[in-house]
Amino acid sequence: MIDPLVASASVIAASVAVGLGAIGPGIGQGTAASRAVEGIARQPEAEGKIRGTLLLSLAFMEALTIYGLVVALVLLFANPFA
Amino acid sequence: MIDPVSFGYAFSHQSSLAALEVGKHFYWQFGNLAVHGQVLIVSWVVMGAVLVAAFIGSSTAKADQRVPAGFQNFMEYALEYVQGIAKDQIGEKHYREWVPFVGSLFLFIFVSNWLGALVPWKLIELPEGELAAPTSDINTTIALALLVSLAYFYAGLSKRGLEYFTRYIQASPFLLPLWVLEDFTKPLSLSFRLFGNILADELVVGVMVLLVPLFVPLPLMVLGLFTSAIQALIFSTLAASYIGEAMEGHGDEGHEH
Repeated sequence: MIDPLVASASVIAASVAVGLGAIGPGIGQGTAASRAVEGIARQPEAEGKIRGTLLLSLAFMEALTIYGLVVALVLLFANPFA
Repeated sequence: MIDPVSFGYAFSHQSSLAALEVGKHFYWQFGNLAVHGQVLIVSWVVMGAVLVAAFIGSSTAKADQRVPAGFQNFMEYALEYVQGIAKDQIGEKHYREWVPFVGSLFLFIFVSNWLGALVPWKLIELPEGELAAPTSDINTTIALALLVSLAYFYAGLSKRGLEYFTRYIQASPFLLPLWVLEDFTKPLSLSFRLFGNILADELVVGVMVLLVPLFVPLPLMVLGLFTSAIQALIFSTLAASYIGEAMEGHGDEGHEH
């Protein structure tokens, strides 16, 4: 049986890992999207290229949050301290 | 190491269709080796699907044929797509020999992501664990990422010989530890990115199905299909870009695009 202190600490750590990890990429994705919209407004003919690059870079930023999620999943489902 | 009193266990008793079984596996024993059977089963299904598609696509091709017809059109489009990925990153001159590797990576990851999301695997009961996309298991993605590492070392060494290692100290000898570190972080980030995204998709859909079984999870499932396609593209693009970067010398042509 898992120690309740370890369990509660793990759950809190998991939520903090995802929550804090979402801040930076959120700001970054907002900046990238706003610049992409500016670019499309200035040059509507480049929309296809801009969209492709934007999606790729958004996925890169999203990966940072996903790293936090991986840590959270390890804490919840494969906790090394349990 | 894996605690049975976890969320997976708790969820799986409420509804068999919305079971979330993270960290539970259908083990096969080969001598001293325990392998995750559910991952291997779906991987074989994925490889079979890609092989069958390739055979059907090429079987209709005839020698005197001018215009491809039917399914062959689709397969040629897929080939041109993966060729484009390799060409954009490696460059016009050397991309041809890397199309099979980059293309296999893309097709395997893409087909396994989509089959994992589209095929109702939950209808097939396993003694333990559940069938899902092979890429939602960390072992699959780490294997793929290590293959990429081997590939770019091979590309660099075969193209430039031992001169390949000069790139570690090319900018400044003080940056050597960072370059060495990068060789370790590349496979780490590649594998975690793919694994985390696919597992996150499955978890989100699983939780939504648990809360509201009908219609509400549909938009999230569509979003999951979209992100998993993007992840396949990212993995193969990065693999091709690492390979291209390793082959690029400082003196010669490199890739201009």
